[in-house]
Amino acid sequence: MSLSWSDWLHMVLHFLSLSLITFGGVVAAAPDMHRYFVDQQHWLSDPQFNSSITLAQIAPGPNVLFVAILGWTLGVQAGGGMQAGPIAWAWGVLAAFLCLLGILGPSGCLTLLVNRWGTRYQDKLAVRAFKAGMAPLLIALMFSTGWLLLPPIQADAQHASGLLLTAASVVMMWKTRIHVLWMLSFGALLGLLGWV
Amino acid sequence: MTEEVNRPLSCWDLFVTFTLMALQGFGGVQAVVQRILVDQKKWLTPKGFLEDWSVAQTLPGPHVVNLTLMLGDRYFGGKGAVCAIAGLMLAPCTLVLCFAALYQGMHDLPAIRSMLHAMGCVVSGMIMGNALRLLSGLKGNPMGLPICYALLTIGFLVVAVWRIPLALAWLMVGVPSGVWAWRCMVRRQGVA
Repeated sequence: MSLSWSDWLHMVLHFLSLSLITFGGVVAAAPDMHRYFVDQQHWLSDPQFNSSITLAQIAPGPNVLFVAILGWTLGVQAGGGMQAGPIAWAWGVLAAFLCLLGILGPSGCLTLLVNRWGTRYQDKLAVRAFKAGMAPLLIALMFSTGWLLLPPIQADAQHASGLLLTAASVVMMWKTRIHVLWMLSFGALLGLLGWV
Repeated sequence: MTEEVNRPLSCWDLFVTFTLMALQGFGGVQAVVQRILVDQKKWLTPKGFLEDWSVAQTLPGPHVVNLTLMLGDRYFGGKGAVCAIAGLMLAPCTLVLCFAALYQGMHDLPAIRSMLHAMGCVVSGMIMGNALRLLSGLKGNPMGLPICYALLTIGFLVVAVWRIPLALAWLMVGVPSGVWAWRCMVRRQGVA
């Protein structure tokens, strides 16, 4: 697969345009990125997209790094795949950087502007109304992100055990304070044993 | 209140602190921010932290990234913001790309593939569980709980089922509900 300059430009513009509406964090914009990369442009497969989010959640650091992995995966693929060696890796790093810059640039600039001029605006009625009005949609977006990561629903034992594991981790995350590292290690173990 | 507030000694101090903070943040940095900036470093009082955090949350972009930029900029200007954000991103980004490269090299192995699949199931549940946790924040919402749940359902249908672009979803669901919340608040103030 090769991408033209206009493809790259289009991708960066897409991220730039998403940046200022990533209220509630970039993970809430994941469904839109899935729509763009997988459904619309066919640049990444469903498993590639899902593993980007999983890898970013497993590794320490801000969750927004899944965007870097999306870029990396795309860049390596456009550079001829992992077997193409350092040139493909360089493409991967460059694409990861471009994606991060696109998604964080505009919102970061806005943050600095607001911070510099020290506007204590968060008590204003309009801002409070905005936050209150957005709250349900934000929760819906978060939930949709998790929903998208679900394995395709099929009636066999393999998928049933995966869904069971997901359901268990929903409950643990929602109702308990178990550290995520325990939950992730438990999942890894089940996977290695071939139970899920 | 006579609580003592420290400040970072240098840009290097900012960089190192944010690097160490980011590397402790499994499943997101949000959980360790307060522990490090308020409890350990004492760069912020609990009250100051809440104020800055609420600004960081109001603005678009990842909350932790916003807070990092705000603090770096406050202490050392643009240079500080760059150092702090570099601290937050550089090491974890390198690490995560190494992860991704390793995974791409090994994803043909059945054991690795099934391990990541299982962890993916857990991550999916973690994100949905986190979303459900936020439900408690809807109590006291001026629009009232039934309207909130209706909006939530519509939002889910629009984004996850019908796959409508996020910008359009904001226009279709976010803007009307913002206006509705505003009306509810004005009306409540009028009564009070």
